Amino acid sequence: MNIGSKMASNIQPGEELLRIENISLSFGGVKALTEVSFDIKRGEVRAIIGPNGAGKSSMLNVINGFYHPQVGEVWYCGQKRKGLKPFQIAHQGIARTFQNIALFKGMSTLDNIMTGRSTHMRANMLSQAIWRGAAEKEEIKNRRFVEEIIDFLEIQSIRKTPVGRLPYGLQKRVELGRALAAEPVLLLLDEPMAGMNVEEKEDMSRFILDVQSEFGTTIAIIEHDMGVVMDISDRLVVLDYGKKIGDGTPEEIRNNQAVIDAYLGVPHE
Amino acid sequence: MQSSEQPQLDTFPKYLVRNAEIHAKRPAMRHKDYGVWQSWTWAALFEEIRAYSIGLQLIGVKAGDKVAIVGSNRPRLYWTFAAAQALGAVPVPVYAESVADEMQYVLEHGDVRFAVCQDQEQVDKLLSIGDSLPALQHLLYDEHRGLRDYDHEFLHSIESLQQQGKEALAANPQLHSQWLQGIEAAQGSDLCVMLYTSGTTGRPKGVMLSYDNLLLSSLNGNAFDNLDHKEEIIAYLPLAWVGDHVFSYGQFLTAGYCVCCPESGETIDIDRREIAPTYFFAPPRVFETLLTSIMVRMDDAGKVKGAMFKYFMDVAERCGEKLLNGESVGFVDNLKYKLGNLFVYGPLRNQLGMSRIKVGYTAGEAIGPEIFSFYRSLGINLKQLYGQTEASVYITAQPDGEIYPDTVGKPSIDVELQLTDTGEVLYRSPGVFMGYYKNDEATLSTKTQDGWVHTGDAGFIDDIGHLHIIDRAKDVGKLLDGNMFPPKYIENKLKFFPNIKEVVAFGDQREYTTVMINIDLTSVGNWAERNNIAYASYQELAGHPEVYATIRDHVDQVNKDLSREPRMAGAQIKRFLVLHKELDADDGELTRTQKVRRSFIEERYMPLIEGLYDGSTERFITTEVVFEDGRRGEISANVRIEEMNIYEHPDSVLKESA
Repeated sequence: MNIGSKMASNIQPGEELLRIENISLSFGGVKALTEVSFDIKRGEVRAIIGPNGAGKSSMLNVINGFYHPQVGEVWYCGQKRKGLKPFQIAHQGIARTFQNIALFKGMSTLDNIMTGRSTHMRANMLSQAIWRGAAEKEEIKNRRFVEEIIDFLEIQSIRKTPVGRLPYGLQKRVELGRALAAEPVLLLLDEPMAGMNVEEKEDMSRFILDVQSEFGTTIAIIEHDMGVVMDISDRLVVLDYGKKIGDGTPEEIRNNQAVIDAYLGVPHE
Repeated sequence: MQSSEQPQLDTFPKYLVRNAEIHAKRPAMRHKDYGVWQSWTWAALFEEIRAYSIGLQLIGVKAGDKVAIVGSNRPRLYWTFAAAQALGAVPVPVYAESVADEMQYVLEHGDVRFAVCQDQEQVDKLLSIGDSLPALQHLLYDEHRGLRDYDHEFLHSIESLQQQGKEALAANPQLHSQWLQGIEAAQGSDLCVMLYTSGTTGRPKGVMLSYDNLLLSSLNGNAFDNLDHKEEIIAYLPLAWVGDHVFSYGQFLTAGYCVCCPESGETIDIDRREIAPTYFFAPPRVFETLLTSIMVRMDDAGKVKGAMFKYFMDVAERCGEKLLNGESVGFVDNLKYKLGNLFVYGPLRNQLGMSRIKVGYTAGEAIGPEIFSFYRSLGINLKQLYGQTEASVYITAQPDGEIYPDTVGKPSIDVELQLTDTGEVLYRSPGVFMGYYKNDEATLSTKTQDGWVHTGDAGFIDDIGHLHIIDRAKDVGKLLDGNMFPPKYIENKLKFFPNIKEVVAFGDQREYTTVMINIDLTSVGNWAERNNIAYASYQELAGHPEVYATIRDHVDQVNKDLSREPRMAGAQIKRFLVLHKELDADDGELTRTQKVRRSFIEERYMPLIEGLYDGSTERFITTEVVFEDGRRGEISANVRIEEMNIYEHPDSVLKESA
């Protein structure tokens, strides 16, 4: 059990896991996020949507501690977050995938996913070098977990293929695998289906829902394909020009005039 | 040793009991799971199957019940055969790829009461048709993923049943002997399994095979190739296909050898390399794909390696087959072949996972002579056989030392052959099926009173007693000018080119022969890449002028070949086109075993066929396609039609090419 699952152990499904309060983030004069507040409940699929440049990826970067907002608070597992580094946040059980795949291209699928286990490894460099004993045991245990993920994502046939040689859709799947290897409490997916065809999108949706039901992982997802988002998410938050313009179930968002305007544009009168 | 005291072994469960005694510690089955080969010894396998079988008994499986098996080659699905048979129930394997509709027909027609599924996909499929299957009572599954929230009243995991079986055994030791008594009570003449033929025409038919049919065929197969408990094979062909049933179940139990189940369908090449089976079976398509991928990789190889490959493959072509047939070659060639073996053939065989092959078979379709020779010249003992579901596989097979690319061999042990006036092949053997399930009409029209079975294939027997198959008897047609039109013969000639994946020939009752061609995406795509030809889709590549030019060369070559054969010269190809989409089983264009469904294609591509015969150079067509999840879409294209040269005088052609 890592720090993350310990922290989240007394939060029941349906209770608040993460709360964003009044976040404002600006880069020089550019305001990326303005007074955004919302929450993510344990076990749900929470989508963050909005037109290009709405601040979605910035939001994810705030959640995993890569950006530090000038104003506002992030509450995680009932604790207010104080200036943590991204790796410390990863240790707290928040894992993510990237919009532009960020895998180690020259390493195999297996090794890439193994890197996701690093937050669960204790052996230091010396015992890794000696190998026999503790480090070996640890590797076997973690390898077993990684094999379960490989099985889960149905990527056995590319286990030993360098990821740089894989097609885009499969690389995305490997990246999901690496995030899952961390056994995250909260999984952040940044456009996991960008550039995929219908069939690949269907596969990916199936995997996301399976992750939620099999592991009980809470998922925050940014995605542009409205059909997919409306189908797989429990609740959505809509951003436009850095401001929150909608929050609710897919049904509510579908009927929200502000959201429709943001996506389709408002005629000038 | 003990067999003398025991009654004769006449059912598969009895063989399981025997193997658990005499081969107790030998590996019986392996499965690659979590990246590691997990194995079961015969003793362990026996216990697994016994627990499973008793578990089945607890949910009400009894003698005569039909148990459907839906999924790919996984150990627990193979165990289902024996577990059900031990109770006198009849397993009915179903093609896992079948869409819900096809599956519904088989399950309904087969009166299936229990169904064993591989995973959620199959469970979902069966649940979706469950309402129209009143006889279906319980569903079982192997992989639990995604099924946690399902209603488990009528849904069980195989593991949980095994657990229940084990508990019942522990609580009541009597159960073991009762279970064994049940096995003893079964007889060789009992119905053993029902295999539905995939059927190129009409609805599938349920072929009923008895233990005697399958056991004798398996034992004869073992004897023919000296197979024993030391063999290892890899199971990767559909469970519902009679070939897999005999190789991975019948011969597995009778010979007592080890069956290895791959990790998944996509990993088969890697898994085969790791296992290196000693006995291997594959349809020609598999050998073609393997050869294509080798050639594609060799094209990318460095200069030295490429030159070495070329040099030693020439040596192999010259003397490899002779050496395999035990003929003598010159001292120098012998030495060169030995060197080649060290540097090229050995590593290549290893790469193919064929280092240890004792005997390999290909069947189902004609194999290209070059492909066949390629494997044999590497020292792989590849042979051809001819068989049918109705015959429990074996009709003819090539004995060692009598291998020819164009024959299917001599009658197998205990098989008699006969030809009708029209050239149709008939056979009689102990493997001949009991009948079609609930279809006496079809049984009577296929099987005569004295046990001869119509194969529906036209063929002839040559001077050395080998059978040649030309085509389906009913498919051999006539052109309007009276010339013979053997579609498959022409199609196969074209399919032997690596660039061509599938061909459909037309000509029966028409003026001349025409063909529709499907390009092979791997081979043509690689060629396009190397020649800087950009394409966005299969459709675009298929319509590319340079691709047309290549295909045109191939068709021309076939016409030249045909013109040299007096009986076939009239069937030369006059016009051809390259199809804009791949023929697909999901669209009903191919059977589940990847055979072309001619009449269906004829109907579907009517505008194109009209185009082939009305002289037009281009035709527009729109076709409906079915995606894997059952949704439908449309694709349309302008397909170009080209005219070919016909070689009228065979003699002049010979001069020309000389």
